[in-house]
Amino acid sequence: MTSLTAISAQRTTPLDVAAVRQDFPILRQRVHGKPLVYLDNAATTQKPQAVIDRLVRYYTEDNGNVHRGVHWLSERATDAYEEARDIVRRFLNAAELREIVFVRGTTEAINLVAQTYGRTHVGAGDEIVISTLEHHSNIVPWQLLCEEKGARLRVIPISDSGELDLDAYEKLLSDRTRLVSVVHVSNALGTINPVDEIIRLAHRRGIPVLVDGAQAVAHMKVDVQALGCDFYALSGHKMLGPTGIGVLYATSSLLEAMPPYQSGGDMIRSVTFERTLFNTLPYKFEAGTPDISGAIVLGTAIGYLTQVGLDRIAAHEHELLEYGTDALSRIPGVRLMGTAKEKAGILSFVVDGVHPHDIGTILDREGVAIRTGHHCCQPLMHRLAVPATARASLALYNTREEIDALAAALGNVREVFA
Amino acid sequence: MMSDLQELYQEVILDHNRRPRNFRALDDARKAEGYNPLCGDRLTVYLRVEDGLIKEATFQGSGCAISKASASLMTESVRGKTVAEAEALFERFHRTVTASPDAPVEDLGKLSVLAGVRQFPVRVKCATLAWYALRAAAEAREDVVSTE
Repeated sequence: MTSLTAISAQRTTPLDVAAVRQDFPILRQRVHGKPLVYLDNAATTQKPQAVIDRLVRYYTEDNGNVHRGVHWLSERATDAYEEARDIVRRFLNAAELREIVFVRGTTEAINLVAQTYGRTHVGAGDEIVISTLEHHSNIVPWQLLCEEKGARLRVIPISDSGELDLDAYEKLLSDRTRLVSVVHVSNALGTINPVDEIIRLAHRRGIPVLVDGAQAVAHMKVDVQALGCDFYALSGHKMLGPTGIGVLYATSSLLEAMPPYQSGGDMIRSVTFERTLFNTLPYKFEAGTPDISGAIVLGTAIGYLTQVGLDRIAAHEHELLEYGTDALSRIPGVRLMGTAKEKAGILSFVVDGVHPHDIGTILDREGVAIRTGHHCCQPLMHRLAVPATARASLALYNTREEIDALAAALGNVREVFA
Repeated sequence: MMSDLQELYQEVILDHNRRPRNFRALDDARKAEGYNPLCGDRLTVYLRVEDGLIKEATFQGSGCAISKASASLMTESVRGKTVAEAEALFERFHRTVTASPDAPVEDLGKLSVLAGVRQFPVRVKCATLAWYALRAAAEAREDVVSTE
């Protein structure tokens, strides 16, 4: 009973955004004389003081190489590194520690799967299914693999509102499909894809599914076992952690069967000039000295997200998304791109007669940081028939006042280009 | 509105953005495409060169106000120049848009209105995109030039 009460209390208590903002020192800055309004969270999130402090403390007190030394510092660093792995495991609800592989980020996670699982399972005439919403990082690795193997890339189409066409998806699946790789939350439009349904349909045919979770994990609860996905990829810096660290989750049966990605130190059990025995999971996939501090600090970032509560964060961002959608819809000449029913906190838009790049420059002078461009989704931009969009992306520390500042700054855009 | 924004988006620039001059393709002309992968701006510059003189320069494509206005102004200012003179003008223009904000602005005729770009280093690529394409077209290179 107590735990149930605690959960419902967490759901009903709104996020204390003023308190959260206190934890992010960078937000206190002024830009061009205006308070910083940081709305580029899909590119990278800011870091709470706890994360910054942990990074400093690691290099002040804990630095040593992992899995090597018998000395105190090495042991300390190893313990913290492996503890971080367990924090990630619990965060994603993975069944086993060895299913958590530290990588540089989502891009490397996807490349790892393409180069190991892909190269051993995809052959001439086979097919890989992705979607129109994909980031270049979930297109290009598969394209290269298809070129190498004589395989074919199939793409799930989307509706004008930015939702995947599931009927078309089902028809794309065939005996030739070797893998489905889709984004959980679209970085360009905010669409939350029905990955559970996507996985169910693929698994019915015995096809494994990779989910690109880069834009999901800081904004909603993710349970890889409940989803049933075979691979899940994420980046630390998009979830309040540092750059250079990310995670590939994969089921242990798949990881066991996959050949190593990179080779060298730490990923071996024994080496002679004749033969090398590889290390056990997950170390088989972690060649060389890893980003030790990055992994540890990612653990701290996850701790922070968990403490604030992902349900609360999701509710807060959803409320802001609705407020922002309403605010931007009222501005004449502004057209929102991506109006899926299930959406995360991303406001992608264009302004009649004004190129997004010009919007970005004018907003920056008002202290408002947004992303403008193709968001590494050129095929999606092509589908939407725009060269680029302006994108405001939300995080737990954003406020209604910041949405108001965005709307006011968009008024300046109209003034300049009147 | 802050003054550096006003300086960037001067009326001449907004006018050339709204109504770009020489905005058309040229048949039987040298051409080259300029592409800025950062923002997706893509311009094709066409050049008709006779006896070493630029008889006509035109462009087509899509881009932000700065890249479009810069391309439009460029097509006007290189007409009647030799390729070498156009190249020299590009060098002076490049110097102007990358100079420190306090440096005096060189007289480049109409092109001087783009001097405000110096306050916005990330927009230099927008202002120079058409010029890189012009250089490639003059050298009769068919490939896509990139500002990256």
